[in-house]
Amino acid sequence: MDLRSSIPDGPLEKKWDRHRFEMKLVNPANKRKFTVIVVGSGLAGAGAAASLGELGYNVKSFCYQDSPRRAHSIAAQGGINASKNYRNDGDSVYRLFYDTVKGGDFRSREGNVYRLAQVSGNIIDQCVALGVPFAREYGGLLDNRSFGGAQVSRTFYARGQTGQQLLLGAYQALERQVGAGKVEMFTRHEMQDLIVIDGHARGIVTRDLVTGEVRSHVADAVCLATGGYGNVFYLATYAKGCNATAIWRAYKKGAAFGNPCFTQIHPTCIPVTGDYQSKLTLMSESLRNDGRIWVPKKPADTRPPGDVPDAERDYYLERMYPSFGNLAPRDIASRAAKRVCDEGRGVGPGGKGVYLDFADAIQRLGRKSIEEKYGNLFEMYNRITDEDPYTVPMRIYPAMHYTMGGLWVDYNLMSTLPGLHVLGEANFSDHGANRLGASALMQGLADGYFIIPYTIGNYLASNKHGAVSADHPAVKDAEKAVAQRTQRLMDVRGTHSPTHFHRELGKVMWEHCGMARTEAGLKKALQRIPELRETFWNDVKVVGSGESLNQSLELAGRVADFLELGELMCLDALERRESCGGHFREEFQTPEGEALRDDEHFCHVAAWEYTGDGKKPTRNVEPLNFENVHLSVRSYK
Amino acid sequence: MKLTLNVWRQKDARDPGRFVTYQAPDISPEMSFLEMLDVVNERLIAKGEEPIAFDHDCREGICGQCGVVINGSPHGPRRRTTSCQLHMRTFQDGDTLTLEPFRADAFPVVKDLIIDRSAFDRIIASGGFISATIGGAQDANSLPVPKENADLAMDAAACIGCGACVAACPNASAMLFTAAKVSQLGLLPQGQPERMDRVRKMVAQMDAEGFGSCTNHGECEAVCPKGIPLGNIARLNRDYLRATLSWGRRLPGAAGGGPG
Ligand SMILES: Cc1cc2nc3c(=O)[nH]c(=O)nc-3n(C[C@H](O)[C@H](O)[C@H](O)COP(=O)(O)OP(=O)(O)OC[C@H]3O[C@@H](n4cnc5c(N)ncnc54)[C@H](O)[C@@H]3O)c2cc1C
Ligand code: FES
Repeated sequence: MDLRSSIPDGPLEKKWDRHRFEMKLVNPANKRKFTVIVVGSGLAGAGAAASLGELGYNVKSFCYQDSPRRAHSIAAQGGINASKNYRNDGDSVYRLFYDTVKGGDFRSREGNVYRLAQVSGNIIDQCVALGVPFAREYGGLLDNRSFGGAQVSRTFYARGQTGQQLLLGAYQALERQVGAGKVEMFTRHEMQDLIVIDGHARGIVTRDLVTGEVRSHVADAVCLATGGYGNVFYLATYAKGCNATAIWRAYKKGAAFGNPCFTQIHPTCIPVTGDYQSKLTLMSESLRNDGRIWVPKKPADTRPPGDVPDAERDYYLERMYPSFGNLAPRDIASRAAKRVCDEGRGVGPGGKGVYLDFADAIQRLGRKSIEEKYGNLFEMYNRITDEDPYTVPMRIYPAMHYTMGGLWVDYNLMSTLPGLHVLGEANFSDHGANRLGASALMQGLADGYFIIPYTIGNYLASNKHGAVSADHPAVKDAEKAVAQRTQRLMDVRGTHSPTHFHRELGKVMWEHCGMARTEAGLKKALQRIPELRETFWNDVKVVGSGESLNQSLELAGRVADFLELGELMCLDALERRESCGGHFREEFQTPEGEALRDDEHFCHVAAWEYTGDGKKPTRNVEPLNFENVHLSVRSYK
Repeated sequence: MKLTLNVWRQKDARDPGRFVTYQAPDISPEMSFLEMLDVVNERLIAKGEEPIAFDHDCREGICGQCGVVINGSPHGPRRRTTSCQLHMRTFQDGDTLTLEPFRADAFPVVKDLIIDRSAFDRIIASGGFISATIGGAQDANSLPVPKENADLAMDAAACIGCGACVAACPNASAMLFTAAKVSQLGLLPQGQPERMDRVRKMVAQMDAEGFGSCTNHGECEAVCPKGIPLGNIARLNRDYLRATLSWGRRLPGAAGGGPG
């Protein structure tokens, strides 16, 4: 398998400029002769569809929700990074690059990350131009806050609704192109297969979620911007509909899957309350700017938080990581929370929780100022828990939140399948083994607004394709496969709902492929998941019909894919015999319990290649070369 | 808790639809309203019956995809709360809940509690944007915005596009939704060049979609889960008046006409 990253030669700061100059262009009059499919309408997809429409391409855009504005990017709360250095506190492109590479525990590509930092400033400029109402200071200039893993304030935000505002900006740009006739929008459509002709991605097959109609769409290139696959864990901070179907089908058609086991557990989520629980809600990392995390010093302390005197509290992040304190990166903060709870010092029902306390901040800054910064988050917390975080500390616990892994892409965002481009959280590219807060929104918009518009032109200009007719055998076969699969799901007529299987899979994944992983546990999961999959295909119960809106059928299809992807994640976790970032193998830790990397054997990307159902996939390797950054032990002490 | 549910069941857009009664025993007050529906649906599936179709995605009050009329009130009894953020502790043991879709001519029912809100997307496509082509933006701080305006713009921009305002309005008007976008963009310096054009086009599209007109009932603000203020409608009206007057001056004979 060819895993050439296509990173241009030359000094880091010149690579993207040079590449932009060397790439081929499609002349303005020819752009309208090309059709590009963009699946997904989050920051990455809406950004790409709008930009490509503006350039003059014909774009077909897809999402499973009833409107592109509902993509899960909408839920991002805290903020978006950019190295504007508006605070004059020592930020620079190089520092953002360095923080991101280090934050990712040296498992990402220097060239990609540097480019991301380079375009970060343009993103903020563009968003402001589109009318995104970022927070401002009294002088009218943009405000910033701090996020984990950084010692500068480089995070731009719009109250606690940054994702919403960025997405609405991109959505409006997208709708402008819909109005102009350059983008055709397909809502409530789910991509269920990829059409590959002569080794090139040439289209997709969708199911219309309202009518059940299976239909193919052909194009000159395909972009997947379908988000992350964290719902493998069932309980996660994702929207209920988030799925891996699009990238999973692409994987089975030949696109390599990069680092599937690199997943992020977010330290500050509202704890689980019962088995009916359908999702977990994040409390933004921005809260750690002002909230202090603690547990009682002695185990099984059931006193109400207000009755525990300061001297009997353990502000464990401040104690363990004095220079970053409560703003230690997510992987580190999550593991620390797990550790204190495992020691029996957790709080709340079941002892699975730690306090996030605002008492000091309220005393220092006043309630009004806290309300202004975090009002909507406090309100959200109150709705869910019925407790008042202004007077009682929040209780939080880590939860599944983000996937750094995804389809492998080169510097051009192209997968190992020519013509198939992958953007945003769906690709594996920029965050290594751990993503820093406020960097996913940055990456999504970088990919959509500022990278794909160039690289797709280069692809289209260098590859001349003939037209594909709707009755090409590859098209017909893909349509047939999709229809048959739906039928197969309907025909099982078993006894358990798709949710039942999803929940079971989630338990296995959380236990064995979650915050701490071991060889024995992963081997157990690798035995359990295929059994569960087999039971699923013999026992799942889907009621209703395939020819109409059927939410239980939709879920069944997604769960079927998760049941395959979960196995690949465990396999990848098993074979990566080191700890790095969010991938913590208990066998590999320092005496202080920190992740112990093995740069000699694992300083690489694992790109998995599908070899057939029931066969072990092939693990290919792309070595990571660090020419600018020194591979050091990541320390936040 | 034990509840009785009267649920609107409608197979598809052509089906006339009807209420069906379900018993829902063993409901925990800690569940969210949608988790309660999940439990009811799991029980229906176990019996081989079709689950109740309802829209949802984020389940944290931000995507705007959920929306059920509960006992006559869009998103239910709790103020500033979406259906997905409502918790069962709001209700009493033994309560009867009547569940219906958001109803409006411009929002046809797709199935059970699911409606088609694509009219909102078309209102945005008609002019709810700033035409800032990607790539040509100036430095973000070269355009200071007074904090007060920025805050007002953000208040308006908080709209999640759920459609509760339309469902609550006796005229099924989409005025609050449209006004929120007109205001947000009109309050910012970036939004000035297209300001008059924008309001004219968006109002014309709103009318074309079959939404009713606004007669100041204020129900929209009361049910809005994000508390979008009515003041936005006043701002739209001012802009609209100015826009139609200047439009009339510019194009004699076309006064009161469409977006051109
Ligand atoms: C609660 C929460 C808070 C967060 N806060 C922050 C933050 O403060 N800062 C930050 O940087 N990051 C944050 N993140 C992460 C960030 O929001 C996401 O990584 C990012 O928005 C993903 O964008 P995307 O465009 O890749 O995908 P999404 O926004 O997830 O969009 C996916 C799109 O793909 C479509 N789709 C998916 N599957 C299919 C299919 N099979 N067929 C058709 N369409 C499909 C969907 O309809 C949707 O339009 C947060 C994430 C969560 C969950
Ligand atoms: S499901 Fe997203 S707002 Fe309710």
